[in-house]
Amino acid sequence: MEKKLVWAVWSLSLLLLAGFYSYQLFASQDKSVFISGEATHGHHQIELACGSCHTEAFGGQEVMQTACMNCHGAELATVEDSHPQSKFSDPRNADRLQKLDARYCVTCHLEHQQEQTRAMGVTLANDFCFHCHQDIAEDRPSHAGMEFDTCASAGCHNYHDNKALYENFLVKYAHQPVLLEIAQITEKAALTEKYPAAMISVLLTKKDADASADILEANVGHHEQWALDVHAKSGVNCSDCHQRSDNDVAWVDHPNPATCGQCHELEAKTFAQGKHGMRLASLLNPDLKQRLLANIWSDQELLLSPMTPAQGRLPFKPEASHQELNCQSCHAAHDFDLEKAAAESCLGCHNDEHSMAWKASPHYQLWQKEQAGEAPVGSGVSCATCHLPRELHKTAQGERVLVNHNQNAHLRPNEKMIRTVCQSCHGLSFVIDALADRQLINNNFNGQPAFHIESVDMALQRERR
Amino acid sequence: MKNFQFRRARLIGVAALGSTLVACSGGGGEGGISPQQLTDALHLVMESDRAVYTKKVVNRLTKDEQVIKASEHFEDDKALPLPAQMFRFGAEAVAEKTDKFSYSLQSLWPINKQNAPVTSVEKEGLQFINDNPGKNYYSEEELGGKKYFTAVYPDIAVAPVCASCHNEHKDTPRTDFKVGDVMGGVVIRVPLS
Repeated sequence: MEKKLVWAVWSLSLLLLAGFYSYQLFASQDKSVFISGEATHGHHQIELACGSCHTEAFGGQEVMQTACMNCHGAELATVEDSHPQSKFSDPRNADRLQKLDARYCVTCHLEHQQEQTRAMGVTLANDFCFHCHQDIAEDRPSHAGMEFDTCASAGCHNYHDNKALYENFLVKYAHQPVLLEIAQITEKAALTEKYPAAMISVLLTKKDADASADILEANVGHHEQWALDVHAKSGVNCSDCHQRSDNDVAWVDHPNPATCGQCHELEAKTFAQGKHGMRLASLLNPDLKQRLLANIWSDQELLLSPMTPAQGRLPFKPEASHQELNCQSCHAAHDFDLEKAAAESCLGCHNDEHSMAWKASPHYQLWQKEQAGEAPVGSGVSCATCHLPRELHKTAQGERVLVNHNQNAHLRPNEKMIRTVCQSCHGLSFVIDALADRQLINNNFNGQPAFHIESVDMALQRERR
Repeated sequence: MKNFQFRRARLIGVAALGSTLVACSGGGGEGGISPQQLTDALHLVMESDRAVYTKKVVNRLTKDEQVIKASEHFEDDKALPLPAQMFRFGAEAVAEKTDKFSYSLQSLWPINKQNAPVTSVEKEGLQFINDNPGKNYYSEEELGGKKYFTAVYPDIAVAPVCASCHNEHKDTPRTDFKVGDVMGGVVIRVPLS
């Protein structure tokens, strides 16, 4: 009898457990019960959208690799990845692959292993270069005695992106002064260059607003701001953003980034690639985008809500904790202010040492002078100058200047900033030193680098030999 | 099993080489071709394309007409990719599409040390083609638990620019190359199992 009871309890417990997990797996929106460990700083925002990485239940390494490359492949190609998968798939590397299977991202970047995750989301010991480059001192006597855990951490090399660190580049720019003679960042593109439709659009005034009288009356401030704003001057009326669909006249109070992306496609795309917008990446799925614009979609399709500072891992201002991040968070909807978006908007949330030190930095002094009209356009340095830089992008219509809204594109490892940002104004050797000095980064580059990285000197020495 | 391999090899060969194989078929068993015939045919295409790029593009434009440079960092320098890079890019593109065969360019005097021979067959093969001008080297080897047919073909300096660039490069271990010298070898592998 007692045995029967034990079996009954056992079976019931098993059923309850199976029921609980089945519900979580198939019915519940919240899948957090299945997370095996805290995700890295790069992925924690989307850890509840399990399918972003685990695209198939039983796929193995190849499926996971495809998922990694879906998001990171284009960037790796752009930076001319120094260690692409194709370099390792030749069978002659079989011995090496047994030590370190460099064909797969997850060999070095394991997820959900927070306690062993190091800088750049690397989960290997930092001396991983040793496996293939252990005899480097034979070719580079200058490297004799250097520890292998310093190759990628001392400011000399990166595993993937060495576009500003390769030897010929170091030699080419070795003699640049600390501050270049012409120090200027890329200028804004003309409106008509970015949006050719603006050339033929009609300038709209307050009386042209096409929202209903009720809405205009309830939003007097917005109406007035819009009339003075670049959107009205470019012929963009209320309905263009709030009522995009031809089939559905429903008014949308808060247009989402998919709406903005109708005109600002590259800006919306890059926004969704970075930490500010990655939770909204599904908005840019072409199919969902069409339905969003036609207003036939459900909340569930978005998978995740917009990012908020409360969900972030950096220090943020407590009062901004629950502010959702979309286009309007930085660019006000009806009084589009690029200068505000380039600095004050950032400081509305970010509260770390580096951000808070900006207003005491030489970069800020330059920014103030430019804003006051006392210095040339493009000579000031705001948050966006470095973290959301203007770049030349290739489009079907040719090259155009674009603000890259993926703030991660130039952030880690920070040598990614050298060519696209720092070298607009500063010499290469100084930049390499500055970016390797954590203290100098913390005080927002208020001072000189405390030490010198010798990579440029070594490159010159070899050149002279 | 052997027939199956040959059938497979034939399919790959047809896909990769088209009509080139017609000229090479025969002697590899009934209606099929041997791994050696496959690698020989592959090499014929590689060697010809490589010579055309080196002579008609790089040597002509950089040395004869002097209108553009060739550079390892060709995008930054707005220059032509080096012939060795063109070859490697092709090998990497193939590697992304298939594991039915693979190839690489190696040398006993490599500018990039990663292109020195690694396996014992590569080492023997590169030495053999250097010691026996005009001959190829064929062998089998096991790598990572898999058997491969491995062929090593001499890679010869076909234009003055081959010798001069290698001789003048700061990382070269050898500075006396001249046109006609064996500078390295093309290694082609076909899995046998």
